[in-house]
Amino acid sequence: MKTRDRPSPLTGGQATAPGTPRRTRGRSLRQDRAATWLLLLPALIYIALFFGYPIVKNAMMGSQDYTTATFYTGSAPWVGWANYSSFLSSSLAGTTFLNTAVFTVGSIAGQFTIGLAIALFFRRRFPLSGLLRSLLLLPWLLPLIAGAAVWRWILDQDSGVLNSTLLHLHLVHAAVPWLSSPGMALYSVIIVNVWIGIPFNVTLLYSGMQGIPEEHYEAAALDGAVGWKAFRHITWPALRPIVTVVLVLGVIYTLKVVDIILGLTGGGPANATQTLATTAYQDSFVQFAFGQGAAVNNILLVVSLLFAGLYLRVNRRASDE
Amino acid sequence: MRLTKRRQATSTVIGIGLLAVMLFPVYWMINTSLQSGNVGASSTLLPLHPTLAAYRLALSQQGGDIVTSLTISCGTVLLSLAIAAPAAYVLAKSRIRGQSVILLALVITQMVPGIVIANSLYPAFDQLGLLNSRLGLVLADTSTALPFAILIMRAFMVSLPGEIVEAARVDGAGLVRTFVSIVLPVSRNAVITAGLFAFLFSWSDFLFALTLTTGTNLTPVTLGIYSYLGGEIQSWGPVMATGVLSALPAIVLLAFAQRFISVGQLNGAVK
Repeated sequence: MKTRDRPSPLTGGQATAPGTPRRTRGRSLRQDRAATWLLLLPALIYIALFFGYPIVKNAMMGSQDYTTATFYTGSAPWVGWANYSSFLSSSLAGTTFLNTAVFTVGSIAGQFTIGLAIALFFRRRFPLSGLLRSLLLLPWLLPLIAGAAVWRWILDQDSGVLNSTLLHLHLVHAAVPWLSSPGMALYSVIIVNVWIGIPFNVTLLYSGMQGIPEEHYEAAALDGAVGWKAFRHITWPALRPIVTVVLVLGVIYTLKVVDIILGLTGGGPANATQTLATTAYQDSFVQFAFGQGAAVNNILLVVSLLFAGLYLRVNRRASDE
Repeated sequence: MRLTKRRQATSTVIGIGLLAVMLFPVYWMINTSLQSGNVGASSTLLPLHPTLAAYRLALSQQGGDIVTSLTISCGTVLLSLAIAAPAAYVLAKSRIRGQSVILLALVITQMVPGIVIANSLYPAFDQLGLLNSRLGLVLADTSTALPFAILIMRAFMVSLPGEIVEAARVDGAGLVRTFVSIVLPVSRNAVITAGLFAFLFSWSDFLFALTLTTGTNLTPVTLGIYSYLGGEIQSWGPVMATGVLSALPAIVLLAFAQRFISVGQLNGAVK
């Protein structure tokens, strides 16, 4: 940006001909400003079209009777809060909210606890630890639907490897209906989601642990704080800001899960694994009640944005500390 | 943490055991995909008589879908890099009004559930004739790749020493030329990383493929897997073989992880 105003050797330090360079500078500044916006504009337009527009459009659709007919006639009558009240008064609403809460809390609790334990384990330096740690990322990088497919096969009631192993070892007496019993399906889906989420938790928690100076542990060891004590008094307090970030991000990512549930159970049996996200999908893309789907989506969006706001707050605090 | 030789060895053994449990589903996918000549649904623990029959079947049924996915993913990489790289540069090196608002918006966009976007894109795409089109899916998939690409490239470009840019400016290069001939080549690793992730996001996309297509004339491979799951599954071999094929980009990305880490190190070194 800056052209260097060097004192001219000929005039002994007095600025000469201020007009010419200043004009060029003025022009290049203006050109720069134009170029800046030129470089930024495509991104801004894209974000307006693919995030701004959908959010506004969804807010409107949520209050419209927007159905397949709308695509032919173009009319989507205004219905106020009718879509919201018909969802909230349906028997499905309670199930959906409860499932979403159980799915989210269960997934996060599992991913985080196991992720933390594995991250702590990898704090030890041992041969192959780097390789093993990067291989651990694989479940996370796989297409979710491929992960769902293999788990559907593993959990298959009649010929899945889990049931045949359990039966073989006489740990169960009859094949367990992992995905086909309404009482069990949600827990099975949570187990799969925990499996997918562990690498994310390990990666973030591990990198957080790398930031804790080794001397803290050495000093604590002199005071006899090793193992669990060292974890409680050094690792955990130092890790806490990152822990909050990991947990809140986990909630946000879990709320929007669709792939795994559709791949494993399709929301069934008997809506036992239906969450806000899959209900919104069913309403719009199976029942073609786009207005109704938009209403459920708006509820989901508000919940997500509440956690997004929380994330921004804790993240700011985490980077301040 | 320093450990004795013996405890190191124990740790390695535990670590391998841990990985074996965590990666069992991946192993089971590969195992099943290699032993599917048989019609029966069950598999043995080891592929004692490995056969590529399932892959032959999978490629005959899903080969076209894989090409479709490749096309869409490459399109997403090109579109998101073309939009993201200049934006990342501006957000890293220029002071503009509303910069912090834009950065905040980029973080928040990553938290908007895809189903919300899909719900309103469907009517819009219907009117624009973008349903069932590769272009439509490229445009939609870019929404998952773009904010991440901007943020990751910006993080790298922020760390570029100011002198590099300034030297070019003194030589009279404009903002755009500095970007194209100096910043972009220097940021090659960050651009590759952003591109790899854009590819992976688009390749793994299931939601937009599911919602923004109707019928069966355009099916990316994720949708191909889903359509297997929708029916009564006679043999899991081809399903798992398709799964393995769909996992290949993730494995390539893991191999590139080394390079990715070096980007991070460079990041720290210059700061």
